[in-house]
Formats: sequence, C-alpha cells, structure tokens
Amino acid sequence: MEAGMSCLTNPPPFWKNGPQPGGIYNFPNSSATHSNTSESQRSAYPIVTGTSVLGLKFNGGVVIAADMLGSYGSLARFRNISRLSKINDSTVIGCGGDYADFQFLSSVIEQRVIDEECLNDGFGFTPKSMFSWLTRVLYNRRSKFNPLWNVYVVAGYQDEQPFLGYVDKIGVAYEAPAISSGFGSHIALPILREEMEKNTNMNENEAIALVQRCMKLLYYRDARSLNKYQYAVITKTGAAIHGPVVPETNWEIAHLIQGYE
Amino acid sequence: MSSIGTGYDLSASQFSPDGRVFQVEYAQKAVENSGTAIGIRGKDGVVFGVEKLVTSKLYEVGANKRLFNIDRHIGAATAGLLADSRHLVEISREEASNYRSTYGASIPLKYLVDRVSMYVHAHTLYSSVRPFGVGMILGAHSAEGPELYLIDPSGVAWGYHGCAAGKAKQNAKTEIEKLKVKDMTIKELVKEVAKIIYVVHDEVKDKAFELELSWVGEITGGKHELVPKDIFVEAEKYAKEALEESDESDEEEL
Repeated sequence: MEAGMSCLTNPPPFWKNGPQPGGIYNFPNSSATHSNTSESQRSAYPIVTGTSVLGLKFNGGVVIAADMLGSYGSLARFRNISRLSKINDSTVIGCGGDYADFQFLSSVIEQRVIDEECLNDGFGFTPKSMFSWLTRVLYNRRSKFNPLWNVYVVAGYQDEQPFLGYVDKIGVAYEAPAISSGFGSHIALPILREEMEKNTNMNENEAIALVQRCMKLLYYRDARSLNKYQYAVITKTGAAIHGPVVPETNWEIAHLIQGYE
Repeated sequence: MSSIGTGYDLSASQFSPDGRVFQVEYAQKAVENSGTAIGIRGKDGVVFGVEKLVTSKLYEVGANKRLFNIDRHIGAATAGLLADSRHLVEISREEASNYRSTYGASIPLKYLVDRVSMYVHAHTLYSSVRPFGVGMILGAHSAEGPELYLIDPSGVAWGYHGCAAGKAKQNAKTEIEKLKVKDMTIKELVKEVAKIIYVVHDEVKDKAFELELSWVGEITGGKHELVPKDIFVEAEKYAKEALEESDESDEEEL
C-alpha cells in the first residue's frame, strides 16, 4: 500500500542509470562518478618548473641569468623556454618555480605596463616598484593559501644605482648584491660571494664571466638544469637579454664518479 | 528649435512623432560646441589633430589633453564633453585589456569600434541615462594597413579616409577633401593636419588654442604616440606660414 502510494506521488525517473542529459557518461563504480564542484582547488605543488636564477650586482649594473629548461618532475619536458622577462629599459625579472604561474603573472604585468604607457605621463614600473609590487602580490596569494609557486629575482637600474632583489612564493623578500634561488643557492651563491669578496669593484665583463661560470657549474651539478641559458645585463644605458648561450662542457672525468647508481 | 516645449525631448527613450530622438540630437549639438578634432588615414598610417580651445590664461599649458592612447596600437581623438570623452576612453581601454587577457593578442580596431559603439548606442535607449556628448575618432595601423573610424553620439560608427568632429567639422572636411590622402605618407600628412587645424580655427570667436598632434603608422612601428617635438614644431611652423600666405593673398585681392 505504502509502496503503491509513493509510486503515484513520486514516480521513478524515466531514465535510470543513464547519463545526465548533456552530461558525460561515467562507468559504474568508477571513482569519477561523484565530482564535488563546490570544493575549491588550490596550488599544492608546482607542475612544470624552472630551476635556479642567478643575479649579481657589478659596478654600474646588474646581471641575471636563468637556464631555458621547463622540467616536468624529473623529465626535461620543455627545453627552449625563457625564464627572463624584460619589463622595461631598466627592469628585468627572472623566475624559478611553476612556469604556468610565471606566464600568468607575466600577462598581468604586461597589461599593467600597457596601462602605464597609455597614460603617457612619464611614469612606469621601476625596479623598486616592481619588486615591492611582487612582494605584495605573492604575499597576498600565500595569505589566501593559494600561492603563486615562484621565486622571482628582480634586477634593474634606478637612481644611478643597480638594484637586485629576491621574492619567493610566501612573500619573503630581500635585496642583496648577489642572489640565487633554488639549488643555485647551495652551489653557485657561495662562489658568487667569494668572488665578490675578492674583487669588491667588479666590472661588467668580470660579472658576466662569473655568472657564466656559475651557470656551467650548475649544469654539471643540478640534475634539473640545462646547458642552454639566457642572461640579462641592466646598466644605465638600458636592459638587454642575451642568449641563448650553449656552453661547452667536458665530461671526461665523469666515469671516475662511482657508487651513486 | 522645434523640439522644445513639445515634451518629446525629455528622454532618450522616446521618439518624437516625426521619428526623431531629440536627446541624441542635443548630444550631437554638444559635440559641435567643442574645438575641432580631425583624423586622416594616409597610405602608411593615421594622423590625429585637435584644436584644443583654451578659455582662460590661468590654465596650465598642456592640461586636459584630448588625444588618448587606447592601447599600444590604437589612438583616439575626441570632440565634445571632455569628461564624457574620458569615460569612453576608459571603457575602450577596458575592452582592449579584456581582449588581450582572453585571446592573448592585441584587439583589432574594428572589433573595438563595434564594442564601444554598442556601448554608446546603449545610452540612447533608456530614460535613466543620457547619451554621450562625444565624437570619438579612433585609428590604428595593423598588418592590413591603416584604419580610421568615427563614433557618433547615436552609436553609429563609420570607417573613413578622413573625418572631423567639433565646431568646424564642415570646413575641416572640405579641407581634407582637397588632399589626395590615399597617396600621402603620415609624415606629409602631419603638416597638413596642423595646417587644417590652424585654417579652421576661428580667431574672432575663440582666441587661444593649443594644437595637439599624434600618429600611428609604419614609422612609429605600429605604436600610437604623440608626434615628436621636432616634427611637431616643423608642422606647426608650416601651418602658420601657410596661414600667413593665404592672409596676404586675401589682402591683395581686396
């Protein structure tokens, strides 16, 4: 009786066990049957990543460098991507970490640069304002528990002074005469610092040579690096990205290293 | 005016019995009170010129510009209410920005003009809003060549080889028609634009004015920018000399 009544008031659906109209068919008992769309997704890990960025001040400018590899885990997935971006004639940023986040932020910066250009009032991003803005954006995103998974190195020339700054995905920020992110802070940074102590008044060519030496060293030591890199030099006369540079390497003594197979 | 007192001119959302929307016509009148703005499309780009009337000596030089950048590659010159112009410029910039964030490329001018003119047109449909008192000239130079459009307060937009809006638009159009604009480069045109602004300026009614010149074309690398100072000075000198010569020949005739 009860069953009969509910049959009248709530008739069974005509299309039982079939796909929802307009929906995609899911196999029974598959885990994808229930998708909870109200759940929000946040960045929990990076996907395609770039490794270290090096930065070094010299007398009259700054040089920064980054290799051109986009790693997919340990796979060398993209081997010709640029991780340096010229913002204007006095500012270049270099990026490590998630490449998609870098592309996203690059497009935001690009639009902001255009907005400034449109006003045509002589103002625009300076290295210091770029650096400050990045610290705010990255800190704001980490405060939403949804960080942009990047390390940024800001290099530039402002007020007759070279500028070099570091910001990471949680908004930790500092300025220093020599900066490296990621694996480079273990391998390259001690060398950069040592050479700076020895030669306190480095010129442009010496600084470029030192950074190039460190990039080569990183290629030998960092398994997520590539022997193809770009470097940018920012001086009073402007900013330019050079490269790709493919350094000569020598693996003759590699067979002597044993016991890590 | 036939419209006054009839009650059909109180709102943009009502026709008059003979099929006109008076509020839109009033907006067009507002444009005609403003200093002239012109745009000419040559063979390798577009040149804009504005006659900016200066109503008081106390104003700073260069204030209240009427030439705008919409995006790197798009420029605009406006005639009419300045505050309305600025609002339309802001709307245009937003359109350009949205297009870039969606498609990752700079907005085609045709598309921008369609969007902005629809926005202008929407303000001729409701009693709760007033139409824009602005004639907006938009120009760009793309791979397919130069483009030039004028958006009217009614929301209508046409493509042009040369167009004008503001006080002396009739005179300016006649002057533009004398030129073979299709065969001229923007370097040649910039002088002619300066000359036209000087020629159509009414010294008796409006005393002081500032000339504004901008261009976009091959020689600017597809970017819209104000005409560089040296070329501006040269063009203005050419305009003044041409004006003096015509004054002298007028006196001879007398």
